[in-house]
Amino acid sequence: MSKQITVPFGPQHPVLPEPLHLDLVLEDETVVDVIPSIGYVHRGLEKLVEKREYTEYVFIAERICGICSFIHSQTYVQGIEQIMGLEVPERATYLRTIWGEYSRLHSHLLWLGLFADSMGFESVFMNAWRLREHILDDLEATTGGRVIQGVCKVGGVRKDITPEKLDEMLKGLRGMEHELNDLTNVFLNDSSMKHRLRGVGVLKKEDAYVLGAVGPTARGSGLAIDIRSTGYGALGKINFKPVVEYDGDCYARCAVRAKEMFTSIDIIEQCIKKIPDGPVDMKVTGAPDGEYFSRTEQPRGEVIHYIKGNGKKNLVRHRVRTPTFTNIPPLVTLLKGVDLADVPVVVLSIDPCIGCAER
Amino acid sequence: MMAAQVITPIGVGDVVSKAGQAKKDGYRLVQIGCTKIGDDFEIIYVYDKDFTLLSYRITVKEDVVIPSISSEYFGAFVYENEIHDLYGLHVSGINIDFKGTFYKTAIKHPFNVTITKEGDSCQNK
Amino acid sequence: MTYLAKSPWILHYDASSCNGCDIEVLACLTPMYDVERFGILNTGNPKHADIFVITGSINEQNREIVKNLYDQIPRPNVVVAVGICACSGGVFRECYNVSGGIDKVIPVDVYVPGCACRPESIIDGIVTALGILEEKRTKMVLDVDKKEHRHAGLNPDHILSTGGVQ
Repeated sequence: MSKQITVPFGPQHPVLPEPLHLDLVLEDETVVDVIPSIGYVHRGLEKLVEKREYTEYVFIAERICGICSFIHSQTYVQGIEQIMGLEVPERATYLRTIWGEYSRLHSHLLWLGLFADSMGFESVFMNAWRLREHILDDLEATTGGRVIQGVCKVGGVRKDITPEKLDEMLKGLRGMEHELNDLTNVFLNDSSMKHRLRGVGVLKKEDAYVLGAVGPTARGSGLAIDIRSTGYGALGKINFKPVVEYDGDCYARCAVRAKEMFTSIDIIEQCIKKIPDGPVDMKVTGAPDGEYFSRTEQPRGEVIHYIKGNGKKNLVRHRVRTPTFTNIPPLVTLLKGVDLADVPVVVLSIDPCIGCAER
Repeated sequence: MMAAQVITPIGVGDVVSKAGQAKKDGYRLVQIGCTKIGDDFEIIYVYDKDFTLLSYRITVKEDVVIPSISSEYFGAFVYENEIHDLYGLHVSGINIDFKGTFYKTAIKHPFNVTITKEGDSCQNK
Repeated sequence: MTYLAKSPWILHYDASSCNGCDIEVLACLTPMYDVERFGILNTGNPKHADIFVITGSINEQNREIVKNLYDQIPRPNVVVAVGICACSGGVFRECYNVSGGIDKVIPVDVYVPGCACRPESIIDGIVTALGILEEKRTKMVLDVDKKEHRHAGLNPDHILSTGGVQ
């Protein structure tokens, strides 16, 4: 055994678009222990419920994270609607599901690009982000915003999509499928990718469960934890099966995300075929009185918004448990034993979203 | 409409045994969250199995020491350190205890104090 | 400014942004917007950088880091604050942990508002920054020339701006 040294990783690091800091304890080139420290982007936005009314707070909830933005606002308004007992118009739930899957597509493409970049595969990064622009174009055309949409509100959504645009979106996605196939083919079948990812950073199924892994990190280890199975929004009327891989290594987590993009396209297609006519919002009066755990599936996994109101315009508490926050303990576990040079790849394989995690 | 969620109230002494039971029954830890209501602190432990939630609530005063469940669930340390840093409550026996350095905040224990900011709505003076 | 004499490189740091502006900064580098056509590259090393692109607002923990990164970037440099949070704190300005815009810690040359900023406005901000960078460089070269003139016993006011040495 050689002497142990501690190497700081981050907060400003070439592979990380966001500040995450890890103290890596090394023996030679192998990581033996990891101490995470967070708080670089902690804003304390949960405390803003004291200053913003629950209807205004949707905008703050959406800005917890710029990547999972739409699903955060969806989770928050679903929680409020649940407490107030509102039956949201069906068309609005379908539209939320469509936009939710669009943001999952854009997030996964973003991640595939960054992941490839962390391995020095710059052309794949560029290609993934080029495809992502098609998704963002559709989001912008239908909501008005590229990454922060601001389209959810308590009681429905702010904008409707015309049937012609829905058809056009569907055609656009079908046209993309061929290019997406080419892209995922690189991740799943390229020999240098396999060489870098197979057997690296393995998270066993039992560990993943006990440590509280969620999202693709859990599904890559053989756990079928996908909150979309609970059928929130319009998902109850959609045929859907979570993507699960069993190896628990970086390759498996990567494969889950690559395959999930096609699931998302499938869900959007079913939604567009089934979407009913009708209004997209309803009048909301009063204020929430009660508490609720609102759960949805983000691109990175299960998110929980705990909402507690006491009948006043300002909520008592809004607490967000984001997928990255609960994926920190699994990350600490799976980093032990990897080479220092593999750390960037392993860290990115859980798709850390620090903006979410620290709020 | 989804099913109503039940949060069972328990005593501080039962936290660890309930966590052990939940683990034995095959639940995973979803979150631990804290809410300040008046002078009391409500801590809610949430577990999940096959998309069914199991929730326990304890209500404590500020000086009560809360036992850590990190012996049962390794991942609990992130939540327990968070409760310590944001609320100033004491949690004993955390496996990875950051001792107040998990979050560095401008104001100590921000969720435990009423923050009154100087009149100007924009701080960028 | 009609042409660029140099290829300016950017250093990007996320102060306490929600990611929205960060991914738009990255989107600027990708084929759709492609700032590389201006010779702009994203670098991870502050010593390589000319332009400091910073998103999000200042909080207690990143105050020192922002200052540290800024000090490491060679002069002349320009700072571009991207997004309303970097300009003034944005929707989070009332949060207990947010102290305000980037200009609380380091001087900012270009403010790019927006939540999230569109890539077009980020590119516009960076191109504006290029002009400022060029001005700063000219001034710096001129100052050095004047100093040398003074050393040689000549009147420093007699030199004309040459736009810098090549």
